Amino acid sequence: MTKYVIRRLLQMIPVVIGSTFLIFAMVFALPGDPLRGKCGERPCPPAFVAEFRAQHNLDDPLFLRYFKYLGDLLHGDLGTTYQGLNILDELQKRYVVTVKLAVIAMLFEALIGVLAGVLAGIRKGKFIDNLVLVTTLVVISIPTFVIGSVSQTVFGVKLHWFPVTVKSNPGWYDLLLPGLVLGSLSLAYAARLTRTNLAENLRADYVRTAVAKGLSRSRVIGVHTLRNSLIPVVTFLGADFGGLLGGAIITERIFNIRGVGGYIFQSIHSRDGTAVVGAVTMLVIVYLLMNLIVDLLYGVLDPRISHD
Amino acid sequence: MTDQTGVIVAEGTTGPEAAETVGQAQSLTQEAWRELRRNPLFVISLILITVFIVMAIFPSLFTNADPNKAILKLSNSAPSKDAWFGRDLQGYDVLARTVYGARASIIVGIMTTLVTGFLGVLIGTIAAYYGGILDTLVMRLTDIFFAIPFLLGGILFMSTFPNDVNSSYWSVVGKVVLALSILGWPSIARLMRGAVLQVKPNDYVQAARALGASPWRIIRSHILPNAMAPVMVVSMINLGAYIAAEASLSFLGIGLVPPAISWGVAISDSLNLIRTAPWILIFPSIFLSLAVLAFIMLGDAVRDAFDPKGR
Repeated sequence: MTKYVIRRLLQMIPVVIGSTFLIFAMVFALPGDPLRGKCGERPCPPAFVAEFRAQHNLDDPLFLRYFKYLGDLLHGDLGTTYQGLNILDELQKRYVVTVKLAVIAMLFEALIGVLAGVLAGIRKGKFIDNLVLVTTLVVISIPTFVIGSVSQTVFGVKLHWFPVTVKSNPGWYDLLLPGLVLGSLSLAYAARLTRTNLAENLRADYVRTAVAKGLSRSRVIGVHTLRNSLIPVVTFLGADFGGLLGGAIITERIFNIRGVGGYIFQSIHSRDGTAVVGAVTMLVIVYLLMNLIVDLLYGVLDPRISHD
Repeated sequence: MTDQTGVIVAEGTTGPEAAETVGQAQSLTQEAWRELRRNPLFVISLILITVFIVMAIFPSLFTNADPNKAILKLSNSAPSKDAWFGRDLQGYDVLARTVYGARASIIVGIMTTLVTGFLGVLIGTIAAYYGGILDTLVMRLTDIFFAIPFLLGGILFMSTFPNDVNSSYWSVVGKVVLALSILGWPSIARLMRGAVLQVKPNDYVQAARALGASPWRIIRSHILPNAMAPVMVVSMINLGAYIAAEASLSFLGIGLVPPAISWGVAISDSLNLIRTAPWILIFPSIFLSLAVLAFIMLGDAVRDAFDPKGR
């Protein structure tokens, strides 16, 4: 087990290096001058320009810049933005918000999605199954930004149930509606995934054995079948958590949430490469760690899968 | 990392069972086709897709109005006999804009699916067939791409190659296709690799190799026909997802840009007017959703038909 975890952690290193390099190269290629408009109406004095460019390694070639960045990263230093703010501090502030948002979305997906999937799976072909299938299809086919804007207008502006936009230091309730919007697409996938797997496993021999043994229906479905059917769902949800953090850009924009997604978007616009790379690096690491946790969870769900 | 992450959206896929059932009274393909023709979802989605493709090629069949004729006097006017779907802020006819907007979405969807399909099948097949260091390299490369959030990668790419008003229609569309393809091929490549690995140890492949067939011949006539099914199904479903992704990029202001007419651009422009003129939002949204829905339903129906376990 420990050996497995260590091997996986070591395997992450090339992935982190590769993806950060990819992002770094793209940011490097971004057109535009970070100094534009920085000194007001007049162009910046040459001495300032020279110092600014030297401080941010702007004149080094791509590889040298990247290695300098990696060196700082290994010391836990994510660098500073062009405004001189410490990126790690900025990210910490924003991660608190985005993680809250993603946790709400995740709980919503895991609870409602799996429940809907189970209800549909055990009554395959019946009314509830068709209802779940049609509803999830509708949710999948409507783009998130339409769902977000419409629910903001209906539940926020018209009905006053939720705040219309989110204040700068949001609580759980403020983030409830955005969280539901963020989770809606994945919820639909989770429900369909649960349904398919449950319906398939219900025909397995061990389920027939369990029924023949005289076990109650809830035990047959809840313990014998569901546990085995959850592996793909857990895989999906785990991979999705990383996606939720990064994919929250649209939701954060609609509800004016100051989270990681908005930070990255804004940094891309202001050509602030270091900030973009720092934020994405954190996202990549979270994504990889979630994948590791999911793989470890397999062993819990199905004891036949061992990591020794 | 497991190989499942790449296929997960497809909710389990058809395996290469096709090979095993050949020789029975009715082949799996025939049976699947018979099943499909009786599936109302399949028929509906096929009709919808046909309508959208015709709309993309010949928009003037569906409307007489000119999508570029702005009547500012009639800005935000409600649906009427004159303009069935109403008019938007610029006084454009919403029906005409929606019909003409189909072209961009359909082109982006189909082109991206073709490019990702080609790259994914090529790279996945080569990795699985030759194995060894090549396989390891390709898998680590896909790991890297998977770790980058899809939307973020798209935003970065589009910001690196920004559009302006003077960019030609095809260069704008081409950039969106390229951005989505670069991020989309790894999932297809993984899926293909998995399918080829399942087919490769089969007796008929070994037999072909023993007879001295060239790798190209083995891949083309023995492996590809038996390993393509999962990729085809997922590609159909992904086509819908790419259309939605294009709309999301346009919503963020970095996908297609005016003067290109697209559903994503129309929807994103309409969101400010959602309370005063909801028809500007509703009609392009319905078209967009129907298009996405049609491809997802088609993929679902084909997958179910080719999966004997699901019957």
